[in-house]
Amino acid sequence: MQLTILLATLLILTVIGFHMGRSRAVSTAVSGIGHLNSLPSYYGIYVAVWCGVPAGVVLILWLLFEPQVVETLVVAGLPEAARTLPENKLDLLLNDIRNLAVGNIVSRDVDPEMQRAADHYASIRRMGGAAMIGVVLALAVAGIGFGRKAISPELRARTRIENVLMVFLIGCSTIAILTTVGIVLSLLFESLRFFQLVSPVEFLFGLEWSPQTALREDQVGSSGLFGSVPLLAGTALISFIAMCVAVPVGLLSAIYMSEYAASKVRSAVKPLLEILAGIPTVVYGFFAALTVAPFFRESGNLFGIGISSESALAGGLVMGIMIIPFVSSISDDVISAVPQSLREGSLGLGATKSETIRRVILPAALPGIVGGILLAVSRAIGETMIVVMAAGLAANLTANPLEAVTTVTVQIVTLLVGDQEFDSAKTLAAFALGLVLFFITLILNVAALSVVKKYREQYE
Amino acid sequence: MFRENMEADVTFDSDDAGRFDPDTDDAYSSTEEMAVVESPPKIISRGVDVFYGDTQALFGVDIDIRPNEVTALIGPSGCGKSTFLRCLNRMNDIIDGCSVRGSITLDGRDIYAKSVDTVHLRARVGMVFQKPNPFPKSVYDNVAYGPKIHGLATDKDDLDAIVHSSLERAGLLDEVKDRLHEPGTGLSGGQQQRLCIARAIAVEPEVILMDEPCSALDPIATSKIEDLIDEMRNNYTIVIVTHNMQQAARVSQRTAFFHLGKMIEYGHTDTIFTNPNEVRTRDYITGRFG
Repeated sequence: MQLTILLATLLILTVIGFHMGRSRAVSTAVSGIGHLNSLPSYYGIYVAVWCGVPAGVVLILWLLFEPQVVETLVVAGLPEAARTLPENKLDLLLNDIRNLAVGNIVSRDVDPEMQRAADHYASIRRMGGAAMIGVVLALAVAGIGFGRKAISPELRARTRIENVLMVFLIGCSTIAILTTVGIVLSLLFESLRFFQLVSPVEFLFGLEWSPQTALREDQVGSSGLFGSVPLLAGTALISFIAMCVAVPVGLLSAIYMSEYAASKVRSAVKPLLEILAGIPTVVYGFFAALTVAPFFRESGNLFGIGISSESALAGGLVMGIMIIPFVSSISDDVISAVPQSLREGSLGLGATKSETIRRVILPAALPGIVGGILLAVSRAIGETMIVVMAAGLAANLTANPLEAVTTVTVQIVTLLVGDQEFDSAKTLAAFALGLVLFFITLILNVAALSVVKKYREQYE
Repeated sequence: MFRENMEADVTFDSDDAGRFDPDTDDAYSSTEEMAVVESPPKIISRGVDVFYGDTQALFGVDIDIRPNEVTALIGPSGCGKSTFLRCLNRMNDIIDGCSVRGSITLDGRDIYAKSVDTVHLRARVGMVFQKPNPFPKSVYDNVAYGPKIHGLATDKDDLDAIVHSSLERAGLLDEVKDRLHEPGTGLSGGQQQRLCIARAIAVEPEVILMDEPCSALDPIATSKIEDLIDEMRNNYTIVIVTHNMQQAARVSQRTAFFHLGKMIEYGHTDTIFTNPNEVRTRDYITGRFG
C-alpha cells in the first residue's frame, strides 16, 4: 500500500518534471523555438528521465537489499546465545521474530528477549520505510531541479534521450540473456550433483530406466536404473511419427495455399489452420487419449492386432496434427518469399504450375522449409502433455509404434510431481534429463537458424 | 481494313521520309521491299482489350507483328505496352482477375481459343523479363530446364549439345564454359540476362518477347544484348518493350507507340522516329512528355 502510493507520487513527479522541462525549454528559447537544439518535448523527457530514473533505480535497489540489511541489524541486536545458533535454527528464530512483529501466529513461547527483538525489528522496518520514501522523493525532486537547470538552448536533449533509450534497450536484452544463462547454470549444477550419484556413462548409454531409489536399505527391487536410452528412443519415435504426419500435410497445404488457392480462400483457410496452433496441448491430449487411442485399439482388435490403449502411434499422430500449423505457416511464408520473377521465368518457358513448383520453387525454398521443419522437430521433442495422456509412462525400449513408450519430458514431469526430497538421485535425474533435452533442442535450433540464414542470403 | 490502313501509312511515310533524309529513305526503301515480299504476319492482334478487375488497361489494340523482325513497343510507364506483350504468350493468365478480349492469332490460329494449351503456346512464344531471373540452379541447369520439361533432348549428349548451342547463340558460351556448374545467380547482371535469353532459346521458340530486357543493365551489357537481339532476328520474331527510345531506334524494324492503354501509332521504326503521324508520338519521342 505504502509502496503503491510512493510509486504513484513518483509517477506524478515525473509527469510534472516533463511539463516543467518543456515549458522551461520554451521560455529559454527567447528568439523562438527554432533556436532550440531539440523539440521542446525532448527537454521535457530529459527532465522526466532525471526525475524518474535515479529515484526508480534507488527504489528497486532498496527493495532488493532491505530484507538482508534489516536481518543483519536484528541479528546484531540478539543476545550472544541466539547469535551463535546454527543457521537453520537462526532462520526459524528470525521467522518467529518477523511473525511476532506483524502479529502472526508464532511457533514458540514468547519470552521478553524475543519481544524486544520483535520490537527492534518493527522499529527498523518503520524507520527503513520512512527513510526509503524520503530518499526516493528527495532524489526525484533533486532530479527535476538538476534537469531543469541543465536546460539551455544548446543542450542536445534529443541525442541524450537517444542514449538513454539505448541503455534501456541494452538492459532489457541483458535480462533475457542473463535469464537464459541462469537457467542453463541451474540445470548444469543440479546435473553435476546427479552425476556424482550416477555415472554419466550409465545415464547416457544405459538401456533401462527405472528411477526408483530405496528409502530404506532393506527394501527390495528399488535399486534405481537411470539409463536414458529408452526415453531418448521413445522421444525419437514419437517425434518421428509426428513429423511423418506434420511434414507432408503441412508442406502440401502450404503449397496449396501459396500457389493454388485464390486469395479469398487463402485469407479464410490460413487463419483456420493457425487456430490449430492456438489449441492448448492439454486439449490435444484429451483428443489423443479419448478419441484417437481407443480408435486405434479397436481397429487393431478388428484385425487381431494387439494395440495398447496408450500407444506411440496415437500420441505421435496427435502431436503431428498439433505441429501442422508450424510447418505450414513457415513453409507458406518461405514459399511466398520466392520471387515472383522465378515463377514467371519458369511459366514463360512453358512449364506447368506443378513443374514450376517442383523444379524451381521448392528447390529455391528448400533451406527455409528445412529450417521450419527443424524448428517443428524441436517443438515436438519438447512436447509433454499429449505424450503423458496418450503414449503412457512405461519406459519401453522399442521401435514398435503400437506399444506404449515414454519420452524425456514425461519422465521429468513424473520425477518432479508430488513430494520429493531434492537430494535423491531420482529427483536430480530430472535435471540431467532436462540438460540432455536442452542440448538436443539447442543443436536443432542452431542448425535450423543457420539453414534459414543461408536461405536469406540467396536472393540478395 | 487494317491492311489498307497500313499500306496507306507506308505510302504516306515514304513520301515524307524522302523529303527529310535521303539516307533514311534508302534504308527504308530496302526494308519496304523486304516487307512486300515477306510472308504474312506472324502475330495478328485485333481489338484486344485487357481488364484488371474493373479497370481497363488496354483499348482495342490492332497490331501485325511480322516474322524475322524486331518490333519495339514504346510509350510512357503504365501505357499498357507490357500488358500487351504479356498477352502474346498468355502470361496475363496467371494474374488474378485479368481478362483479355479481342483476338490474337499466331500463324493464323487464335491463341485464346479453348483448345490452346498455354504450355505449348509458351514453348513457341518465349519470354525474357525485365530483371534477369535465373533460377537458383547451375548455369547448365538453367539452360537445360526448358528442354528437360519439354522432352526436347533424347539423352545426355543431346542435352549437352542443346545447352552449348543455346549459350553460344546467346553469346555467353565463351564467358561461362568453365563455370557451367556454378550457380547462375553468381553471374554478372548482363551475363544473367544473356543466360535468360539462352534459357529462352533452348526451347526453340518461334517468337521471343522481351520486357525491357536491358533496363537493369549497364551500357556495355546493354550494347551486347542489343547486338544479340539484332543477330537473333534472323531466326526468331522478336517483340521488345523498352523505355529507351534510342534502343528502340537501334534494334527494331517496326515500332508501336502506346499511350494510356491505346496504341497510338504503328509503323516502320524510321518513320515513327523521324516523321510520326501523330502529335502525341512526336511529343513523346522528342521528350515533351513521358
